[in-house]
Amino acid sequence: MNNFNLKKNILEKAALCRHFEQNVYEYVKKKIIKIPVYLSSGQEFIPSTLSEIILNNLKIKPLIFAQHRCHATYLSFGGDITALIKELLGKKDGCSYGMGGSASIHSPKINMYGHDGHMGTQVPIGIGACFSSGKPTIVFLGDAAAEEDYVVGSLGWASTKNLPILFIVEDNNLSILTKKKVRRNWDIHKLAKSLNLNGLNITDSSDEIIKHKSLFFKKPTLLNINTNRLFWHSGAGKDSDKTFDRYDFEIKKMGNIGKEIDLKIKKKIDNLWKKQLEKQ
Amino acid sequence: MEKTVRETIKEIVRKHLKKHKGLTFGQCLTAVGWVGGTLPELYEKDGMIELPMADVSNGGIVVGAGLMKKRPIYVIRYQGFNWYNCPMIINYACKSKELWKIPCPIFVRGVGMEGGIGPVAGSSHHSLYYRMPGVKIASPMTPKEYSSVYNKFMKDDNVYYVSEHRKSYDNKKELKDVLDHKNLDIIIFAISITRFESYKAKEKLKKQGIKVGVVNLLWLKPLKIEEKWIKFLRRSKFGGIVIDDDYENGISKSIANDLNLKSGKQVHTMGLKDKTAGFFKTVDNLPPADDEICKKIIKIIKKK
Repeated sequence: MNNFNLKKNILEKAALCRHFEQNVYEYVKKKIIKIPVYLSSGQEFIPSTLSEIILNNLKIKPLIFAQHRCHATYLSFGGDITALIKELLGKKDGCSYGMGGSASIHSPKINMYGHDGHMGTQVPIGIGACFSSGKPTIVFLGDAAAEEDYVVGSLGWASTKNLPILFIVEDNNLSILTKKKVRRNWDIHKLAKSLNLNGLNITDSSDEIIKHKSLFFKKPTLLNINTNRLFWHSGAGKDSDKTFDRYDFEIKKMGNIGKEIDLKIKKKIDNLWKKQLEKQ
Repeated sequence: MEKTVRETIKEIVRKHLKKHKGLTFGQCLTAVGWVGGTLPELYEKDGMIELPMADVSNGGIVVGAGLMKKRPIYVIRYQGFNWYNCPMIINYACKSKELWKIPCPIFVRGVGMEGGIGPVAGSSHHSLYYRMPGVKIASPMTPKEYSSVYNKFMKDDNVYYVSEHRKSYDNKKELKDVLDHKNLDIIIFAISITRFESYKAKEKLKKQGIKVGVVNLLWLKPLKIEEKWIKFLRRSKFGGIVIDDDYENGISKSIANDLNLKSGKQVHTMGLKDKTAGFFKTVDNLPPADDEICKKIIKIIKKK
């Protein structure tokens, strides 16, 4: 695949995530969605880039473990869009049977396992699954989950067993609203290195993520990816209007093609939401 | 030749790894002792997996193996260690089937023991699991009971908490309920290691003219209350008493309540005292011994 097509595919996935979340945002505001939601807007280039590289370039279908703020993970790796809409509306035929809501979504189709709600548990659970099955595994966590004691303990074991596992820390620098520097004086990628994993600290630019693809699933690897959460920790609202928006930046960089993709995907996703809401 | 509980468990673990290609996880499994001789001398290549000393993480690693349909056996060498080992088992594995229709069967071997092992390690802690949905709890004390629990697990897709006790490992005998008088004075419903002491107490009280029945509670959850127990309870003079190796404010009170509601008879409880165990005899917190059980029953009878 040439670089242009790769970039276009990544942008299409990011647009899907962005417009999905825009709809959630609006319907939360209108009180049509009444459960707590954790929007991934602002962070969507991480899963859209990774899924494109892993699924379509490396041709690997990994086990996926994530936690809350994982709509973009689910959508990028091919989770059913309508099933997620239904889940957020509490329907029995939602992706988690109307039980999981926003935080505990899963999809057997894409090997994505649900989350119990206690952040960071997906790390030891994903490691156990990887060890037991021998399958390549990707685990998403946030910068706050990285501080959980059991995350550290299990990273060490993943290293000891030299597992084909990739840890992605979506580092938006916030635990609800508490910044990283208030919570700790250490870095998770450095800790990973000290545990003999590959540990890297990068931005959420696709180019940077792609640069490290040769490390994926060869040896336990942790990428701390600096990103930005556009909306509140939970619900529909903004903490700041000055937050850097990677999606906006990449759309502009792609010029007219970017705009076309954005419009085309917006229309598609808006229609899917409308269709489901009409059935309400 | 009859097998001991120890030999039965060892054989089951061997079969689980060799025949069923399952996994057994735990800390310090392959060290001296092999968990009281209940493990065959097998290693990682055979599926005997040594975990690090990261108790909370380890529970999660085992959950991951459960999701991959490996039916892991998880050995927790002291039941008190469950406080750090069980969080992801009870919050993820026990709920996974209901939330996502993805079963996560795990056979948790919680090993109970007491006597000079201090405030955390000692005794049984099955009550920790009891309140959570999606878990089955048994406390086998005989070879046949242990085999039946394992066989049931292999046909099931739930989490099993198996509350073992080291003092039962040498036992070869099966334990039968003793409801040998139409009108008993009181019926003991005994759990875990207290089952052995309950028989002794029954014999001691018999010499004093007190007629005591003994019911063995193998399955704690789901608790299947037999109609026969209720009949005997209703006909008894002083009701029943549930005796446990866990704190009294746990399973024993829940079961006593269930029996009370079904029979209309008072059902008392006895278990570990509401105090922290120290390392010395004078400050330990041990399960009720035969003489203590006798004393408690005499007290109940005298009160009436």
